[in-house]
Amino acid sequence: MSTLLFDVAHLLAGSMLVLSFALLYQDRITAVINVFALQAMALSLSVAWQALVQDAPHLLVTSAIALVVKGFVIPAALHRIVRRLQIHREIEQVIGAGPTMLTGLGLVALSILLMQPVGEVNIYVREDLAFALAVILLGLLMMITRRNAVTQVVGFMSLENGLVLAATGAKGMPLVVEVSVAFSILIAFIVFGVFVFRMRERFDTVDVSALDRFRGERRDTT
Amino acid sequence: MALILDLMLQAVQMVLVVAIAPAILGVTRKVKARLLRRIGPPVLQPYRDIWKLMHKEAVLAHNASWLYRVAPYLIFAATWAAAALVPSYATGLLFSWSADLIAIVALLGTARFTLALAGMDVGTAFGGIGSSREMMIASLAEPAMLLIVFAVALVAGTTQLSAIATLFATGSVGLRVSLGLGMFAFLLVAVAENARIPIDNPATHLELTMVHEAMVLEYSGRHLAMIEAAAALKLVLYFSLIACLFAPFGIAGPNAGAAALGFGILAYLAKLMVLAVLLPIAETSVAKMRVFRYPVFVGSAFAAAALAVFLLFVSKGF
Repeated sequence: MSTLLFDVAHLLAGSMLVLSFALLYQDRITAVINVFALQAMALSLSVAWQALVQDAPHLLVTSAIALVVKGFVIPAALHRIVRRLQIHREIEQVIGAGPTMLTGLGLVALSILLMQPVGEVNIYVREDLAFALAVILLGLLMMITRRNAVTQVVGFMSLENGLVLAATGAKGMPLVVEVSVAFSILIAFIVFGVFVFRMRERFDTVDVSALDRFRGERRDTT
Repeated sequence: MALILDLMLQAVQMVLVVAIAPAILGVTRKVKARLLRRIGPPVLQPYRDIWKLMHKEAVLAHNASWLYRVAPYLIFAATWAAAALVPSYATGLLFSWSADLIAIVALLGTARFTLALAGMDVGTAFGGIGSSREMMIASLAEPAMLLIVFAVALVAGTTQLSAIATLFATGSVGLRVSLGLGMFAFLLVAVAENARIPIDNPATHLELTMVHEAMVLEYSGRHLAMIEAAAALKLVLYFSLIACLFAPFGIAGPNAGAAALGFGILAYLAKLMVLAVLLPIAETSVAKMRVFRYPVFVGSAFAAAALAVFLLFVSKGF
């Protein structure tokens, strides 16, 4: 197969990585949600391209799910929640944008080094997997560094984008698994939504550090 | 005879970049004005501005030293030399052996150093604050720029611009993730270096946030004309670098015929025009940043370039 097909797949995976960094860098909640929608669109493009490369039409379904649910429905719902909670003007204190970015670069390095011994079979699959793992780790990093529950949800969703990218990059992922993953994400989103509203009711804030008082033991790290 | 022809082609490049620089600046201003629903000055207005300034008296401060009078010409010369070296319409020009990316970064660094010195020479508060900020931006943008150079050099195997453009124009390199990251970083660096909107506002005077205009506030007459021309030339230089590194399509190869050269010039002008329209669109869609946000903005360029270099060190496939 011509290398151009793989190059484009690579480029799309790389753009998802860049958008993950953009998520880490944003400090306004609405901007975070917009970047997340953009990442979901990149994911949808990437999956559709994989469908073309691997000649697997069922991936188009995955792509459509990613585009509709994560590109439009979830961002719209998040915007609604943020507006209902009156936090759409809030600027979140990201814990040191510089150190976070450096940690992110370190995580990318880690994921590439981890994937280095994996596949001698196909260099492109290996590098796609490395990108996917990097997106997953950056999502985790976002969940750790953010204190606002809504942005933590976005971090979780971006982590899941990485999972889908990994699943479609490797050949032979059955559609059933993908659909069930998509639905579990939707359920998780609903649970998160309920959680955020309950938290708001109880504590008048969506800052998760408010939960620390109820942990029993007192730890300094949040 | 062949040597004369080569010299002619090189001279065409040197004259071309200077001749179209004010027009490109005029196009960006016009597009920006139209986006803001203003009519805007005519596209050729920068030529008239420079012409007018050339014929005005140059007013000097009493305590201005020789450096203050020499600096505009030094800045213009360094920028012109750098712009004349970037392969614009053909790769096989006579002086293309000296068109090294690191040399171009060094020439721009010289121009910036001179400008910062000139800004501090008269001793006004505005000049000092402008120079200080310019140096802060430079200390952030130059490492990012050098990392982009390394990323491109790792892909192409050389830092010589004409060789890179020849290699990339053949299409054998393909689409690379590292080059995509490099382009993203380069666009951010170009915005920061050319004093465009998220970093500096090119259309403002007497505002506490300005950088470039603060340094040249004391200049007038022919000195100001040289500085304005150099600023326009720098914009064209960065556009040419983007076109040469990341979109070298249509560029005439070594030993190309007259038709290929003519097509190369047309393609070059078209690329400049596209970039001159895209820049004001990007500018109007963002707001000016606070000074303390600059490190984050340019730092993300640094991060992207560092990522590209890192990927290339791990595997040549990226």
